Amino acid sequence: MSASAIFFYIISTFILGMGLLAVTSKKIFRSAIWLLFCLVGIAALFFWMQLEFLAAVQIVVYAGGIVVLIIFSIFLTQRAGTDLPKPRPRRIIFSVLATIFGFGLTYSIVYQHPFVASNNAPLNVTVNQIGTQMLGTGRDGYALPFEVVSMLLLAAMIGCIVIAMKSPVLRQSETEKDIETEKLESNSVTV
Amino acid sequence: MSQIPLSHILFVSTALFFIGMYGFFTRRNMITMLMSVELILNSVNINFVAFNKYLFPQKMEGLFFTLFIITIAAAEAAVAIAIIINLYRSHRSVDIEDADEMKY
Amino acid sequence: MNQFQYIVYIPLLPLLSFLLLGLFGKKLPGRISGFIGTLVLLAVTLLSVCVAYEYFFLDGKQDGVYKLLVPFKFTWLSFSPGLSIDMGITLDGISAMMLVVVSLVSLMVHLFSLDYMKGEPRFSVYYAFLSLFTFSMLGLVVATNIFQIYIFWELVGISSYLLIGFYYEKPSAVAAAKKAFIVTRFADLGFLVGILMLAFYAGSLDFETIMQTLRNGNSPQSLAITSASFLGFSALTWALVLVYAGGGGKSAMFPLHIWLPDAMEGPTPVSALIHAATMVVAGVYLVARLFPIFSFNNAALEVVTFIGTISALLAAIIACTQTDIKRVLAYSTMSQIGYMMLALGVSRYGGEHGLGYTASMFHLFTHAFFKSLLFLCAGAVIHFVHSNEMKDMGRLAKLMPLTHLCFLVACLSIAGVPPFSGFFSKEEILSAAYRHNKLVYGIGVFTAGLTAFYMFRLYFSVFWNKTNKEYHHHAHTGPMMKIALVCLALFSIVSGFVPFSKYISSDGVPFQVEAEWMQSLLPIAVAVLGILAAYILYFKESSRPEIIARNFGAIYRTAYRKFYIDELYLFVTKKIIFNGIGRPAAWIDRNIVDGTMNAIAKLTARLSNLIKGFQSGQLQAYVMYFFAGVAGLTLLIIYLWK
Repeated sequence: MSASAIFFYIISTFILGMGLLAVTSKKIFRSAIWLLFCLVGIAALFFWMQLEFLAAVQIVVYAGGIVVLIIFSIFLTQRAGTDLPKPRPRRIIFSVLATIFGFGLTYSIVYQHPFVASNNAPLNVTVNQIGTQMLGTGRDGYALPFEVVSMLLLAAMIGCIVIAMKSPVLRQSETEKDIETEKLESNSVTV
Repeated sequence: MSQIPLSHILFVSTALFFIGMYGFFTRRNMITMLMSVELILNSVNINFVAFNKYLFPQKMEGLFFTLFIITIAAAEAAVAIAIIINLYRSHRSVDIEDADEMKY
Repeated sequence: MNQFQYIVYIPLLPLLSFLLLGLFGKKLPGRISGFIGTLVLLAVTLLSVCVAYEYFFLDGKQDGVYKLLVPFKFTWLSFSPGLSIDMGITLDGISAMMLVVVSLVSLMVHLFSLDYMKGEPRFSVYYAFLSLFTFSMLGLVVATNIFQIYIFWELVGISSYLLIGFYYEKPSAVAAAKKAFIVTRFADLGFLVGILMLAFYAGSLDFETIMQTLRNGNSPQSLAITSASFLGFSALTWALVLVYAGGGGKSAMFPLHIWLPDAMEGPTPVSALIHAATMVVAGVYLVARLFPIFSFNNAALEVVTFIGTISALLAAIIACTQTDIKRVLAYSTMSQIGYMMLALGVSRYGGEHGLGYTASMFHLFTHAFFKSLLFLCAGAVIHFVHSNEMKDMGRLAKLMPLTHLCFLVACLSIAGVPPFSGFFSKEEILSAAYRHNKLVYGIGVFTAGLTAFYMFRLYFSVFWNKTNKEYHHHAHTGPMMKIALVCLALFSIVSGFVPFSKYISSDGVPFQVEAEWMQSLLPIAVAVLGILAAYILYFKESSRPEIIARNFGAIYRTAYRKFYIDELYLFVTKKIIFNGIGRPAAWIDRNIVDGTMNAIAKLTARLSNLIKGFQSGQLQAYVMYFFAGVAGLTLLIIYLWK
């Protein structure tokens, strides 16, 4: 049992434990924190797999962006101190059964499949290589998905603003427009 | 790394996936449901990199896929929060069982 | 044969008139629709007279025999190579005669109605219905095919229904129309079964073919039909009796006569046309048309005779007690048609033996004229007095001179007083009966006496005797009414002198009827006795009728109540048919049939209520279903995909 193997088991236990805590915790804020730890654990797993760039991205985006966003929204929508409502027992039983059944099904398939590990020497992934391939346009180049994803991010940004917007100025001008269209319609009827 | 067979890593990702699914079924608060969805997405990320590392160490496809998944997960979480805030304004509650207008 | 092809216009013209008046009549002002109808009928009458003239006097005779011609025929529906429904025109003695009778009487009724129905809001509808009836009746009398007769038979029934129920605001008229239609329809059930049996055995629906195969004693079809038997009677007897049942319904023979008195609810010209001269003789015409086969089967002939005699006698007895002028005439019609049936029943086929056949047709001919004249005069009287009851009439002789004269002529004719037409035809019937069955002859003579009695009872009560109301003005009988009455009166007088037997006989061979003056003295004497009795009782106001009625007591009451036959029918239908069959059927329909449908609907509703719970609006439930679906598909693909 080498050190990396022990590391792996510790990290995976950590991930799973935090995940469990995240989905079963009664306080919402704590749930968010357990989620944060879980994501950091996954980043550690990436480190263990020698994908440092990915781990960094994981921490920056997920732990630093998404979890913060979640915490902001918790503050925006409710009192963080109160307990979460407990789900009904029937629902818990069904979900547990479904989870166990699903896990059993999936893992049995996975277990039976002989994955042949490749014997090639692992590539040492540098940021240089990642960057070149990401913006490359030849074979194995990811320039197009990169551009598409940036469009998607723009759309998501605009969409979020529009959905969550509630500005009084826009509302007033909207009601004014409604009154005008009503007048126009009534005029046409009387003529 | 070679001492850990691939199936162990897949065990971790599968377990994480189903933990996230359990959380999605069970939780009543919309934001905690969003957290469970993030867990699921992360399990998929682990899967991609594991397969990349073990079966095709010369290539980087899994890595790129994972990068894109992270990006899109971020966008999706943002939009989801916007929707939750909008729902909160109209229903004064983020309980998923209060948003049942699609009932018969 | 081609020269007679214009016959096809004879039924078609009234059909066109019906369509025209029915669709556009409302838009025509005043009485124009009536004039159009009358003009069309005038054309039809002229055509019929032309046809009759050509047939009887010019071309009809081939080798001294009046043969059955078929100038026009086409196949309408073909069931199999041998069996088909044809539509066509038959021309022989009786159909030519019927053409003339129907069109003449219809023309007189059209003329009369121009004044009688003046001011009626549905004037054009009335004339449309009259045209429809004329078309149906004309189509009936020229039918070549027994099914064609059936089709026109039903058409005549519909026209009768429409015309009886013409004043549809009166519930009694509606009830009468329904009664007429239902009773005749019920009789037509027998008619249809009879037709089918004849068609089955003869292999064809055509009259000519049926006659040929079933009259000849040796043909295979004839042997088949006489050998097959049911309850002791041969199939031929059953078929003929069933066909006769249909004819009996239409002709108001006992016991299917209950509709005829009630049918007097219709306008009086309608009664004159339909229920005196044309529709009610359809049954007689049917037997005459099928006479070659009837004469072959003694049992059927006995039935015909029996029913005819009973009807004649029964109707005469009832008519003696009735007080409604039209009902007296209705029962009189039933009685006279009984005579016609009786005459057919005692007849045989061929030459002199066919005297009864000729006599029956002769009586049909003369009866059409004097009976419609009687009805139209009654119509004029009712028009003046505004009531149907005899007690409201009286002393009308001075006030309605022309009507009085025509009525008298008709009464003398029906009573059988020479030289009026009724004498000759009744004479021939009685002498045919004398040769065959003395009992029938005796009953016939007695009924003749009764006929004279009740007709003159009617005459004296209406035109002499006393009156409840005083009328100070003369009746305003319109000019058209007068023309119609005078024409019919002329025909009543003249038609007796036609040497009928030279033209119409059972097998087409003309023969000579000897007038036995000694034999005809008895009916004349009986008729005079009847007239005298009526004179004594009814000419002047007296209490003798009441005294006689009281003395007869129960018999009088039974006759007045029409022998309780209506009550019997009502009992059977209400207690037995309605309660025994109608109610259980309704119960089954409501509870079992409807119940099944309702149960299915309720079941569906409950199932849907159960299923709609799936759409709970709960996101997590939806996700669980989603997951279940995915898991199921996965299992399916992994373990069952081969």
